Amino acid sequence: MTKYIIKRLLISLLTIWAVATVCFFLLRLLPGNPFILQNPLDMKNAEKMMAYYGLDRPLWEQYLSYLDGLIHLDFGYSLTHVGRSVNAVIAQYFPITAQLGVQALLLGMPLGLLLGILSAVRRGGGLDYGCQLSSVVLTAIPSFVLAAVMQLIFGVYLKWFPVSQWLSFRHTILPTLVLSIGVISGHCRSMRTLMLEVGRQDYLKTAKAKGVSNVRVVVFHQIRNAILPMITNMGLEIAGMLMGSYIIEKVFSIPGLGAYFVNSITGLDYTMTLGLVVFQAVIVVAANFIVDLLYGLIDPRVRVV
Amino acid sequence: MEKIKKNGQLYDDTLTEEDFSPVPDRAAIVDQIRPSMRYWPEVGKRLMKNKMAIASLTVLAVIVLLAIFVPIFSPYEYDASNFLAAKQKPSWAHPFGTDKVGRDMFTRVFVGTRTSLLIGVIGALIPYIIGMTIGAISGWVGGTVDMVIMRVVDVMLCIPSMIYMILILVVLGGSPVSLIVALALSGWMGSARGFRGRILQFKNREFVLAAKTLGARPGRIIIRHILPNILGNMAVGLCSAIPGAIFAEAGMSYIGLGISPPMTSLGQLSTDGVAVFMTEFHRFFFPSLIISLLIFALFMFGNCLRDALDPKLRDEDYMARVYRRMRKGGRKA
Repeated sequence: MTKYIIKRLLISLLTIWAVATVCFFLLRLLPGNPFILQNPLDMKNAEKMMAYYGLDRPLWEQYLSYLDGLIHLDFGYSLTHVGRSVNAVIAQYFPITAQLGVQALLLGMPLGLLLGILSAVRRGGGLDYGCQLSSVVLTAIPSFVLAAVMQLIFGVYLKWFPVSQWLSFRHTILPTLVLSIGVISGHCRSMRTLMLEVGRQDYLKTAKAKGVSNVRVVVFHQIRNAILPMITNMGLEIAGMLMGSYIIEKVFSIPGLGAYFVNSITGLDYTMTLGLVVFQAVIVVAANFIVDLLYGLIDPRVRVV
Repeated sequence: MEKIKKNGQLYDDTLTEEDFSPVPDRAAIVDQIRPSMRYWPEVGKRLMKNKMAIASLTVLAVIVLLAIFVPIFSPYEYDASNFLAAKQKPSWAHPFGTDKVGRDMFTRVFVGTRTSLLIGVIGALIPYIIGMTIGAISGWVGGTVDMVIMRVVDVMLCIPSMIYMILILVVLGGSPVSLIVALALSGWMGSARGFRGRILQFKNREFVLAAKTLGARPGRIIIRHILPNILGNMAVGLCSAIPGAIFAEAGMSYIGLGISPPMTSLGQLSTDGVAVFMTEFHRFFFPSLIISLLIFALFMFGNCLRDALDPKLRDEDYMARVYRRMRKGGRKA
């Protein structure tokens, strides 16, 4: 087990290094100069700034110094937000983005799983139909349109929740709802399919033939086996949700990382983009790693010794 | 006639000529037992029996026809502004109203549908084909090649797809072609992984071995022998990849990096609409309605296709419904 963990850790570190390297050189392929972009007339100042941030040095030298910073967990200073380090931006805004994602997951995952289980158990019933239809309808509407409609109904007409901003818990409800709709319908659909697949297995027939009650069969035999494959996908999903959704953040004017991410790419803020990408890669890799370990704990058949 | 007693019953062991009659047409009898059907016509037949499939196909056909013909026959150009007719509500002259510079929204919406459909179909197809090729090589060759390709896929999946999209759109500008390039670069990893799994699943089957023994080359084995087995799954996958591509374009438009005006797309139109939906509701409603209908029909058609390909699933659904009705009826009585 220890050997496996060490091997996985090494692969994870290699992946993060590869992501950082690919993105470092990819970003430099972009035409333009971040300081000329900010102030197109001031060429002299732009040159000075390039020298100040060390961007006039050869590329490999910059790359090495970037890696050196990365080893010390230092993402460097932002080029467009003067005087702010990437670490400070992440520390300030990541909690907001993460809160949104975690709330959407906490609402969406249990609800989606529950609806999926219920529609599989009561297959062909009203709930099953309702879930299948509404999951398709709700995923067919672009999220910014859905968000606008919800703002109109719950914010403007009913006045239940504030339309935008991120000040109190009440402000978080609408964005969480919009973000969790995708999670709910996704989980509902795949859980239903998995439950039905497990339902065809012989061991369920055996359990029923032995006189085990219906509830027990569903809870202890069907759900347990159906939920296992769901766990493999959870890593990427959790990571994706932790990084939130730029669109939802923009619709509800939430001060999260999303805006920094997009603006840093279009503003050629190399260090900021790179820092955010590497940060996200770390989250993805870590989530996958944890999920793999958990999977071994939950399902002894796949345990790697 | 002589009778034999066996197990307490009398049997006639002599057969006369009257006991036999020639089989009129062997094929006819076999047909009576089970009409033989080829796979794809049968799938088509099942699909046509499904009301939902017909409905979604009709919606798709109507939208596609409107997207083709409205821009051709419309009296207005999609980019012709007319300040005298700005910000008009829907009327007979302008069924979807006009925008803030007086462009006819009806024409613009269907020009936008054209763009979105183009991006959706080509932007889903190209990454799919790239992913298939890479996945096939990875799964078929195996060993070090497989390891390297899969690690590359892992690394690329770790980088948010938005960064490729934004990078390419910043470099190439907002045109349908650059969006398709962006989608191709950021979307092939998933299908490569999926296709590799499929190849591995079929690689060691007997029919592949048979083809190999007869001297078929890998390309032929994959295309002629393995591909038909997974064509159905691929079609379903593609049906859900098209909405993904259309949504990706809409998302990029929302960020402000999509198709650049005066050219337009459904994503761009509904993004513009969201900004003014309190004052000019028609500018929000119509593009959003068309994009939602389009995606809904595509999803529904994908679902129906999946059911038609795997009739076992749908029959089980149907039987479950019948049983439930029986049980409910029983309880009432």
